[in-house]
This record gives sequence, structure tokens and C-alpha cells, in this order.
Amino acid sequence: MVVQTERDEEIDLIFQALADATRRDIMSRVLVGEQSVSALASGYAMSFAAVQKHVAVLERASLVKKERRGREQLVHGNREGLTRAQALLDHLESLWRHRIGAIDNILAKDSPSAHGTEKEDTDASHQYQNGSN
Amino acid sequence: MPVISTKTDPTNLTLTIVFTMAANADRVWRLWSDPRQLEKWWGPPQWPATFYRYNFAVDGQCAFYMTGPDGTKMHGWWRITALAEPHHLELHDGFADENGEPTGEHGITDMVVTMEPVDTGTRMTVVSRFESELHLEEMLAMGMEQGMTEAMGQIDAVLAT
Repeated sequence: MVVQTERDEEIDLIFQALADATRRDIMSRVLVGEQSVSALASGYAMSFAAVQKHVAVLERASLVKKERRGREQLVHGNREGLTRAQALLDHLESLWRHRIGAIDNILAKDSPSAHGTEKEDTDASHQYQNGSN
Repeated sequence: MPVISTKTDPTNLTLTIVFTMAANADRVWRLWSDPRQLEKWWGPPQWPATFYRYNFAVDGQCAFYMTGPDGTKMHGWWRITALAEPHHLELHDGFADENGEPTGEHGITDMVVTMEPVDTGTRMTVVSRFESELHLEEMLAMGMEQGMTEAMGQIDAVLAT
């Protein structure tokens, strides 16, 4: 029922990239300011090559950008990539706001003395509940 | 509307929702423990949920589907990972096949729910953390986004009167 689009693949890459603690840590460092791969590598108990691999995963997900300057490879955070993750979370937040509205309606239908609200049954979320049952 | 505060953390793919209800903790707990209550609020707008398997206990498996406006069913599963009535609940949430079995697709969302008494009733905190996937994107792809926008508009209209 759901067609995998190029955008879906892009989102997959973002979520996979951020699923790792080291990569999240790299991400938070390079968002503060650009860093060379060797400077990043000195901060972790792992090889230069391993850190370079983590950076490559972040780069594929468009979360960081890498550029060569002289002998250094500099990494900086790409805020647009993170914005996509933020947008997804914002949608989840909207879903929870809807859920809370529905919960409010359920509780309002308990005996009035139990909570003291005066919610009428004409609330939008309630209509949605009726329409769906 | 109850007071709501939210915090999103895109780096850790985490959403925290905090809200207060004018009801005691036992009453609030029933919103989760009774699947008939849960069905009234869990589904996104225009995607009501039906829980057809509900084992509300630690390690208990639950299965549900949500039905879209065109009759499309989206199946999901829960596994309860921690439970202390009426204050604490943790569960995993993921996509299921038609029999309610986890498909393993799109990873898991980890949810931690805490209820605590406050002067005005009960405060609920829900922390949702995505693992490595598109769970949410899938829901959006099914038209939830549009339904959501409509529902939010309706709520705003009610509040404005």
C-alpha cells in the first residue's frame, strides 16, 4: 500500500545514520563547528578509519558535508538534514496533541464531579471518534 | 484542553510529551489498560484503532490495526516491556502483518510512559524514541498528515468559540 520513494530512502538513511551513539556524538560536535576527521578521531577510542566510516554514513544521509582543505578533511554539520528529522518529530507531536484531545473527551464523559470540566459533546475530536466507530 | 508541553530532539530522534489531566492515576491508567478505552484515542485522525489482541502484562503481546478512510488496514504490534500500575509503562511499538506478527520492517519505537499525581490531577509524560526507521513516515504516507491538519483545524475552531 505504500510505495517506497526516493524520499523514503533518504529518510531511511537519516534514521539509520542517527541510530548510532558515536555518529550522534560526531553530529553534535560538527554542528557546533567544523572539525577535521583527524581531530574527531582523536576524541574516540577507535581507529581513524572507523571514524572516517562513521562520517561517511552521516555524509550519505546528508547530515554532514565533507571538504578537503590542504591535507585536512573538514567535516561540518548540514542543518537541512536534521531539519527533516525535526519535521518527522513535529508530525508525531501533532499526533500526540490529537490523542490528548481525544483523552480529554473520554475523561470529560466520566461523572462530572470527578473532574469538574464542562466539555460539550460537540468537540471536534469527539465527532471524529463517533465518525470512526 | 489539558496543559501540554513538548520537546523534540532530532539528534536522538526523541519526542517528549507532558500533559496534565483532571483525573486520578487509577482512572488515567485505564486509558492504557482497557483496550476499549485505548481504541478511542490511539489512532490518528480518520485512522481509528482496533486492538484485537491485548495482553497487558510484562512481556505481553498486543496486536491492533488502524482503518483508514478508504478501508485500508495498517497493522501494528506492541510488546509491554515494563509495567507498574498505575505509574509506569514501557512498550515497544512496530509494524505487524495481518496476523499481528511483527514484520521487522521499519524498526521499533520505544515508548516510556510515566504517571504522577499533581495538585490538579495526574501528569502523564510520554517519551517516544525511534530506532532506525520510517515508522512515522509510513503513517504520513497513508494520508495521516492531511487528517491531522484537518483535526487540528477543528480543535482550533472549537477553542476559538
